[in-house]
Amino acid sequence: MNIVTLITQLTEVILAVVAAPLLMGWVNQCRAWLQNRRGPGVLQPYRQIRKLFHKDAVIAAQASPLFRLVPYVQFASMCLAAAIIPSLWTGLPFAVAADTIALVGLFATARVFLALAAMDIGTAFGSMGARREMLVGFLAEPALLMVFFTASLISHSTSLPTIVETLAQGRLAIYPSLAFAGVAFLMVLLAENARIPVDNPATHLELTMIHEATVLEYSARHLALIEWSVALKLFNYTCIGLALFFPWGLATGAHSLRDLLLAIPITGLKLLVAGFGLALIESLNAKMRIFRAPEFLASAFLLAVLGLLVHLLLGS
Amino acid sequence: MPTLAFSSQLINLCAALLLLLSFAMLAQRRVLTLVDLFAMQGGTLFVSIIVVAWSTGQPHLYYSAALTLILKVILLPLILHHLIRRLGAQWESETLLNTPITMLAGLLLVIFAFTLAQPISQLANTVTRGTLGIALAVVMLAFLMMITRRKAVTQVIGFLAMENGLFFAATSATYGMPMVVELGVALDVLVSMVILGIFFFHIREQFDSLDLHNMESLKED
Repeated sequence: MNIVTLITQLTEVILAVVAAPLLMGWVNQCRAWLQNRRGPGVLQPYRQIRKLFHKDAVIAAQASPLFRLVPYVQFASMCLAAAIIPSLWTGLPFAVAADTIALVGLFATARVFLALAAMDIGTAFGSMGARREMLVGFLAEPALLMVFFTASLISHSTSLPTIVETLAQGRLAIYPSLAFAGVAFLMVLLAENARIPVDNPATHLELTMIHEATVLEYSARHLALIEWSVALKLFNYTCIGLALFFPWGLATGAHSLRDLLLAIPITGLKLLVAGFGLALIESLNAKMRIFRAPEFLASAFLLAVLGLLVHLLLGS
Repeated sequence: MPTLAFSSQLINLCAALLLLLSFAMLAQRRVLTLVDLFAMQGGTLFVSIIVVAWSTGQPHLYYSAALTLILKVILLPLILHHLIRRLGAQWESETLLNTPITMLAGLLLVIFAFTLAQPISQLANTVTRGTLGIALAVVMLAFLMMITRRKAVTQVIGFLAMENGLFFAATSATYGMPMVVELGVALDVLVSMVILGIFFFHIREQFDSLDLHNMESLKED
């Protein structure tokens, strides 16, 4: 039994790591289609990562050991997050180690290390990007916590698999509080993953970029790991959203092999739809000025707190 | 946790939507979008009244639902659109006070309204009593909108949104007011809209703008 759960856990993490660039490629491909372009194909992120792994790394002379360490920290923390999030099934032995609050902390750790690495070299763009990244991060974090608290209130637990099990097994019930939390979570997802209303993932214009500015100094295998972990972060966030708000089809409780195998195509299908939705949102919106970002994220926080209050008032 | 009946869940969802729309109105800069949001709020109110009427078997609520539909979803937004076009104010957007702070103030008002309504709603024995707090919050948010806005048109929309909240409060606490009262209120709102429309033109003629800031100086210099 123990071996079986261990295998399911490992399969889940490996699938997440392998499939993450695919989701990124799918989102980019959808965006290209919506803009009437042919697009590079869904496999482009893999080619990019492969190319970067084959190059020689160039590192600034002043770089401290921290600078070399950060890509590995990034990648490791995103893998760890993938181990906690019930993207396919809820029987995850690793998930006992960390609840939703620790998960938010894990994302924060990755962000802090990235900001430190950006400031390490001492270029103007790096520290500007780091400051902006932290601005967005510290505003998005409380909103994300509030979203998790709303879900926790419904299921009386902060452990992500337990929350998802409660939501998936419950009879068909409309939770107004979850609707609020869902909108708030979408806003946090867009901000945290540097998607369009807050940051443009395709930009190379120095004055507007947020995330891109923090990784300007990286090359080759370090850059490959960072890009991979960015894709994994998007994958993780999308999986959290799907698990919290559309938990149908996840394998819960006692697993039979059939349930487990069935969960993979269902999750894949949901990710396809979610990726297209993400591309649609990005195509319909224009990028905001950076000074509007606090307003955007304050609204997300407000919505999440409203969800909490509505839950307390209506008890649903 | 006891599961509620499907109709109560629908009513709760409508109440939550009303609250969400109130906040959207509080943060909206453009006048025309504000009118559309007001119409959507009226539509949500209409749906919730229909659900209450259907689930409790109160035939007179269908009339007030019809009244809401005609007045708040169709007639008043049309009049407002027309007025805004005539005033040439359709592209105007007003500068708000610091939006996050307004939102936080709104949040505090919601908490206040919820705690205030909690003991009152214990006394009511309707299926919708939980939503009284939300109705009160909608009224207070409309108040806040009237206080923070400076243009005449947006203040009037705040006033109308307040009436929406009161109507919802009446439905959730006592299954609606007597028909005579409801008709009277509806007529009042309609007439006040007409009179305020005339006021808009006078204000603009006097001050060359719809900014009520000008009316604060009492003496002519």
